[in-house]
Amino acid sequence: MTQWPLVLPVFIPLLTATACAFSFRSHKLSSVISWAGALANLCVALLLIQRVISQGLLVTAFGDWQAPFGIVFVADLLSASMVLITAIIGVAIVLYSTTDLRSKPFYAIYHSFIHVLLAGVMGSFLTGDIFNLYVFFEVMLITSFGLMVINANRQQVDGAVKYVVLNLISTMVFLLAIGLLYGATGTLNMADLNAKVALLPETTMMLIAGLFLFGFAIKASAFPVFSWLPASYHHLPSAIVALYAALLTKVGVYALIRVFTVVFDLVDSGYQPLLIIIAGLTMLTGVLGAASQFNIKRILSFHIISQIGYMLMGLAIYTPLAITGAIFYIIHHIIVKANLFLIGGFLQRRQGSDNLRELGGAYQSMPWLALLFLIPAFSLAGFPPLSGFWGKFLVIKASLQTDAYLLAATALFVSLMTIYSMTKIWAEAFWKPLPDNAAAPIALTRLENCLYIVPIVALAVITILIGLLAEPVYQLAETSAINLLNPERYINAVLGNMPEPGQISVLAAGESQP
Amino acid sequence: MSSIIFRTSAHIVTVLMLVFSVYLLLRGHNNPGGGFIGGLIVVIAFALLMLAESPDYVRERLVYSPLAFAGFGVVLALLAGVLPLFFGQPFLTGLWLGKIGSPLLFDVGVYFAVLGSVLTILLNVEEELS
Repeated sequence: MTQWPLVLPVFIPLLTATACAFSFRSHKLSSVISWAGALANLCVALLLIQRVISQGLLVTAFGDWQAPFGIVFVADLLSASMVLITAIIGVAIVLYSTTDLRSKPFYAIYHSFIHVLLAGVMGSFLTGDIFNLYVFFEVMLITSFGLMVINANRQQVDGAVKYVVLNLISTMVFLLAIGLLYGATGTLNMADLNAKVALLPETTMMLIAGLFLFGFAIKASAFPVFSWLPASYHHLPSAIVALYAALLTKVGVYALIRVFTVVFDLVDSGYQPLLIIIAGLTMLTGVLGAASQFNIKRILSFHIISQIGYMLMGLAIYTPLAITGAIFYIIHHIIVKANLFLIGGFLQRRQGSDNLRELGGAYQSMPWLALLFLIPAFSLAGFPPLSGFWGKFLVIKASLQTDAYLLAATALFVSLMTIYSMTKIWAEAFWKPLPDNAAAPIALTRLENCLYIVPIVALAVITILIGLLAEPVYQLAETSAINLLNPERYINAVLGNMPEPGQISVLAAGESQP
Repeated sequence: MSSIIFRTSAHIVTVLMLVFSVYLLLRGHNNPGGGFIGGLIVVIAFALLMLAESPDYVRERLVYSPLAFAGFGVVLALLAGVLPLFFGQPFLTGLWLGKIGSPLLFDVGVYFAVLGSVLTILLNVEEELS
């Protein structure tokens, strides 16, 4: 029965999506279906990570066609933890969008698309086949485009077109790279590719690796190719933008980490120096872009880019500690970023604007919301003991160990600038009195308030928990990183060379202290 | 499109194409064909009817909304995928009862998903334009 928890994370969202689409006549019914689907997915994700921790890697081959010929779903520790985080975000977003999108037409279709998007993200995390990864990228792209243009106004369509064109370039290049890779090696299974890529001539390997790097860099919104993100995100409804901010770019980073450890070796591929430069510039441009903005969603969008830089920095340094840091950072960032967007959305809903000039007085009217804002904001900036501190600490320590002092200095400077942006939101939206020309705050019903606040509180609690209980998360990230850099166990499990992957406690390898 | 020859023959051709699409769907098991092509043929048949009559006419004849067809198809295909799991086999493994098996169920699902989603787009575009 090992197949169930591997298949269900993709199956449940798809089923929920169809059920939501069928129940479009009743808001209540589609909300309930959507909640049930998201919660069921969370349970399955918990089951999956529990299984992976207790039994080691889980593998299932679709249609019983064994790897390397068939398509496999593989859950190692990294995939399982990503699936868990995605499921948590799924629950939070679905709850939040119940009230945030209530007034929109096509309410059920929104929920339907949200679930298909979650299925795409889960599939990308679980698949062990690089073409299948492309397919799930397309699923994400199509549904995210759909979410952007449902009931869209002119500006939204403008942003959506930029988004889809640049992302299509990314997937085209990705597809091109897959074609070349298949022509050169004759396989698309990631575990199988590991050995076969090493036999390729160096120029071929560099060309293919470069195309993958380019394609995934667009997805992850890395330095020169990030422009689709700030152009399209800030016009979206708050629930949708929080979902995108949490997941879409992180799938790109995940794909980079997976492909440049299991398939290509980053150091051998010769792109390490380039990736270090990209990481530094991504951090810097993101944070500088944010400093010049005066709109909550725009500030936060630019911050996504700068945070992506930290994750790329972890991958670029390519030591176990650095990749541990990158994985820790992804886990922390998904939760924190979604939460900031949710809070921004709540402010926007109450005040009817997300422009900082028209906001104010939130501290006076809602001191508890100010506290809830401080948790993810300080975590993003890296205050101890919140989750962001540990992520930054790990990548910066790794960069100092490898004598990349300039990179470490950039990372620290970017942290400082992050505080500046967060202070700006704090001072303008919370601290300063409500400007005279601003509209009076809209009174929300008790239920609406509840649905807005519950996800925000839940994500804040998770942020605090990751910060205070950093040890188990660190061990999880460290074990994932070690397994990524020594992929033998992954390869053996997928290709079935090992008698029985079970019985070995996965956490046994990660006993050492930070 | 008010030619009487076109309008009369469109109805006959539509029926023929619908039959042909089912033939292609079933033939796809061992030969070229299958759910995707079959679904597209259905769409072409209804497109013809749409040009001869009107989008509303087609919607009326379909009884259910095209999106419902698409959803039904997705559910069928998912069911075909999950069914083997109950017998302890991996996702999407073929289960056979003589010559008929779960791959046929999957193909029928694809058939409905394709015809539903493409018809949705087509009808919406036509209504938007006219």
